[in-house]
Amino acid sequence: MNVRLYIAQRLTAAVMVPLVAVHLAVIVYATRHGLSAADMLSRTRGSLAWALFYGIFVVAAAIHAPIGIRTVLAEWSPVRGRGADLIATGIGLLLLALGLRAVAAVVLP
Amino acid sequence: MKGARLQHRTNLLWLAALVHRLSGLALAIFLPLHFWALGLALGGEASLGNFLRWTDAWFVKLSETGLVFLLAVHLLGGLRLLVIENLAWRDGQKQLATLAAAISAAIAFVFLVQAL
Repeated sequence: MNVRLYIAQRLTAAVMVPLVAVHLAVIVYATRHGLSAADMLSRTRGSLAWALFYGIFVVAAAIHAPIGIRTVLAEWSPVRGRGADLIATGIGLLLLALGLRAVAAVVLP
Repeated sequence: MKGARLQHRTNLLWLAALVHRLSGLALAIFLPLHFWALGLALGGEASLGNFLRWTDAWFVKLSETGLVFLLAVHLLGGLRLLVIENLAWRDGQKQLATLAAAISAAIAFVFLVQAL
């Protein structure tokens, strides 16, 4: 792993520590009486705070996960070098696109 | 010879590294499905609601419990690594890794009890 990717993965990890902790708390809280779309969307729709929270979360995860996958590919599969870079980049872009679409779906009024 | 080469695999911190890697991999595979499901809300509250009704099934709740455990154990395992890399070394890493797994199991258990 090169230094830039190493730093990017650690920085996004540090950013996500509080985000994942809050996410876990919300998961347990939101499912206490069964998860309902109405409850969930009433919490998130039109909320700038949740838009920022999940927006930052998605961007950080879309950077963090592909760097890990690239390392796993390089160490555990025959795919490495340029091939691993391409697959990781593709996964990162997919996560970013699907993730931002999901954020838009739950926060836009 | 082979036994000696694989001896490190009995080390608890090797297991912690493996759990961190596998949990990260599983979460990365789950994320596109998670995002797709949330994206159903673009089609209105009813679309998401119909999907969430399916998640009431017990086997889905069990799978979700597994995911909660994976997320918690990846968070706490990752936090341990960040502390090792950025702060002064402290002893008791095996105990901390065990504690991370225990707390994650407790969080997953609380989720399961709440969700059922």
